[in-house]
Amino acid sequence: MAVQRQIRVGKTWLSPKEAEKALREAMRAQEAEERAHGPHQSFWRHYVFSTDHKMIGLQYGLTALSFLLFGFLLMLLMRWQLGWPMRALPGAVAGLLGETAAPSGIIAPEFYNSLGAMHGTIMVFLAIVPLAVGAFGNYFVPLQIGAPDMAFPKLNMASYWAYFVGGVIMLASFAAPGGAANSGWTSYPPLSVIAEHGQTFWLLGMIFLITSSLLGSVNFIVTIVQLRAKGLTFMRFPFFVWTQLVTSFLLLLAFPALQAAAIFQLMDRVAGTSFFMPSGLVVSGEVQAYAGAGNPLLWQHLFWFLAHPEVYVLILPALGIIGEVIANNTRKPLWGYRSLVFAVVFIGFMSFVVWAHHMFLTGMATSISAFFQTTTMIISIPSVIILTALFLSLWGGSIRFNTPMLFALAFLPMFGIGGLTGLPLGLAAADIHLHDTYYVIGHFHYVVAPGTIFALFAGIYYWFPKITGRQMNEKWGKVHFWLSLVFINGVFFPMFIQGLAGISRRLWDGGMQYAHANPAFQTNRFMSISAFCLLAAQIPFIINLFTSIKWGKKVGSNPWEATTLEWAAAPSPPLGHGNFHEIPVVHRGPYEYSAPGSEAGFLPQHAPDPGPSPRELEPEPAAQPA
Amino acid sequence: MSGDSPEQIRKETRVYVTVFVALAALTIITVAVSYLHLSGWRAIGLALFIAGVKGFLVAGYFMHLLSEKKLIYTILAFTVVFFGMLLWIPHVEKDGFGTVQRDEVTVPEGEH
Amino acid sequence: MEMEIPYTVHERPDTGLYNGKLGIWLFLASEVMLFGSLFSALVMLRTGAASWPHGYEILNIPLATLNTFVLIASSVTVVLAWASLRLGDFAKGKLYLIATLGCGGIFMIIKAIEYGTKFSHGQFPRTNNFFATYYTLTGLHGLHVVGGMLVFAWLIWPGAKMWLHERQRYINRVETTGLYWHFVDLVWIFLFPTLYLL
Repeated sequence: MAVQRQIRVGKTWLSPKEAEKALREAMRAQEAEERAHGPHQSFWRHYVFSTDHKMIGLQYGLTALSFLLFGFLLMLLMRWQLGWPMRALPGAVAGLLGETAAPSGIIAPEFYNSLGAMHGTIMVFLAIVPLAVGAFGNYFVPLQIGAPDMAFPKLNMASYWAYFVGGVIMLASFAAPGGAANSGWTSYPPLSVIAEHGQTFWLLGMIFLITSSLLGSVNFIVTIVQLRAKGLTFMRFPFFVWTQLVTSFLLLLAFPALQAAAIFQLMDRVAGTSFFMPSGLVVSGEVQAYAGAGNPLLWQHLFWFLAHPEVYVLILPALGIIGEVIANNTRKPLWGYRSLVFAVVFIGFMSFVVWAHHMFLTGMATSISAFFQTTTMIISIPSVIILTALFLSLWGGSIRFNTPMLFALAFLPMFGIGGLTGLPLGLAAADIHLHDTYYVIGHFHYVVAPGTIFALFAGIYYWFPKITGRQMNEKWGKVHFWLSLVFINGVFFPMFIQGLAGISRRLWDGGMQYAHANPAFQTNRFMSISAFCLLAAQIPFIINLFTSIKWGKKVGSNPWEATTLEWAAAPSPPLGHGNFHEIPVVHRGPYEYSAPGSEAGFLPQHAPDPGPSPRELEPEPAAQPA
Repeated sequence: MSGDSPEQIRKETRVYVTVFVALAALTIITVAVSYLHLSGWRAIGLALFIAGVKGFLVAGYFMHLLSEKKLIYTILAFTVVFFGMLLWIPHVEKDGFGTVQRDEVTVPEGEH
Repeated sequence: MEMEIPYTVHERPDTGLYNGKLGIWLFLASEVMLFGSLFSALVMLRTGAASWPHGYEILNIPLATLNTFVLIASSVTVVLAWASLRLGDFAKGKLYLIATLGCGGIFMIIKAIEYGTKFSHGQFPRTNNFFATYYTLTGLHGLHVVGGMLVFAWLIWPGAKMWLHERQRYINRVETTGLYWHFVDLVWIFLFPTLYLL
């Protein structure tokens, strides 16, 4: 390998180093030129009704982060009531909520129910999915596949604005007579059909959100399949792109079931139909004026037909981010890339066949329970494959313990706890005891909060330099990480103990009436204190995020020395229209770290071949589009 | 599209008109059959069979699915499987795999 | 430097598709799941009901049959429009598009007459689940018809300018809109027997 290669630039021959320097200078000059003379757009066109995937990604990101904070605050109100039942809220907060929601400062039971329903709805549909898919997907998928933009930029804008309108409707519902929706985020009828007006807002909001995700998913799939750069075969995709592709298919094919269900429920509420209303329903001693003969379980089936795949919509993009961060910071290829990809595709497929494990207690036939618990056990296998492959990726790596990597490393055991505690819930017999207890809350929050949200934090710290050209403060990043890790476990771990003791998840007073669970609800105050500390732990993050935009450490285009196109080929921030100076051509798989023959210790996907590397000697078979 | 030559397109046009005639004929047949008021399963089977044939004609010829790209087939194959799962819902709810139904569970005499 | 988004007009060699065509098929896949959910609900409610009237006892079969013909006719006019445009005959293509739009209009008028008669007989969605499913399913289908009509109106009038400078793209748009329109027809082909004839 000692042969000194020479590269011809114009008429002169240069060594690779000199050539690279010359190329960089030329690119910098060209970039300055492009930024200075790029098409000038009005403020509205550029920042508000933008069709640029990067601006839309940022819009999604900021909106979703705001909703994440809002949803978190709703949860804190609930934790106040659970930690210190019947104690009046501090004056300012009580004043803000008003007398109906908090009479003399004490949270009313109806309002507590609204908080629960809206916390779930906002976190799932308005915060995490838009952040994971709308923001990260929008910004980085086109960059990672070497595309100038999304396939349908106007549709992309429409998708964001549909999401925005849906969010506004959800927020407006708090001002509706009777308050926001309070029938749980699952909105089970007949309760939801006879509920106050907030539920109608909820349904309308959902119809907008579903439309938004439909437009988004079509756009993502077309972009990934059609706009990938030359040479970027499916098996050369960064893992993040794979997870976004599968996620888009889930959104595309699962959400219509909820769309239909939401339309039915809207008809039940507005037009007085009885899709979900059983005959002879009596509420508070009064026979309801419905024709009846409907089936409340129809809603549950249609809802979970969406909502189980939705669980994977929440986790798959997070796994994608973790894959990127781990490969980059262990400086070696992901262990078992192919297994990871097949596991993700298999999860996507199986997630359509497990929905009724949420309904074991509806009295379904035992043979059906057996079917759904079998499929549920099967779907845990690819999840374990993914987690194992990610753990094994750490083996023998020279790990860089920077903030994104710390979040990624914490994600692995946290997601592990979340996943493993799900197994007893997937078995019908164990579920009879655990169903509707705090155990369930603990289980899925471990998946979504220290799981997905940690992955999203990892993503923010990891990709921030690409968006702004500056790095977030590492020291405060680490403070944010360690405090979050401690307190988030303080919030969620006692939930398992409470749930095993049989405390119901929906009790306004935290289960005070449950004499048998008396010792277990003592943990409530500890959890609430942890939750408030968790809020405090986010303050360094919020300050760091905004101050780093202006004062963060300036870094080059590829500060993490990454191999994927968004780092290696695009300037930071990527160019306004088109992202790249020229569309890159891909020569190899996504994670050629520590590859033999690379002087820098890594081989970018688009770099010309330095000679055959052992990994590349095995030719990639032509991949089939999923 | 396969073959964009004018002759090819004119040939396609003739196919479209033929398909239209077939669809119209099938519509008349299905309406006529409905007036016979056949019993339960026979009526459903026949009506859905005719609708299926009509659907095949529309999808196969008007939407030229008979000569479509592999990628489209792949997407539709997944969709058909999940569509099947959706249509399985009423069955799940009703009698599972043909075992005990929820409203068939009876309490033996004397155990009230 | 403004970079063009590739494959908006011509096919990507390895997939053989242009972006719009893949997009519309994905959208239709989603629509299959939407109407699948609706049909599933219909089956569940009907099989679970103590009594359920036959559609032909209550609904107007001749009117619905006429509507079926109208929709099938509109499906054939839209493929003929596409064929004419590919042959370079804009005048004929436009005529076929107008015919399609007209058929859509007739379909909706007949639908309105049907609804009106039912309302005047005091038969509303809340009457019973037969009418609930009838109105919801045909109503959503009707919304799809109206959506298609709006796109056709755009293609016939403001969008027709594309024929002059972006001919292939215009033809593609007629093709993708046509695919959507055939799907709407396809849904009706199944709605008609399940709601009216059984």
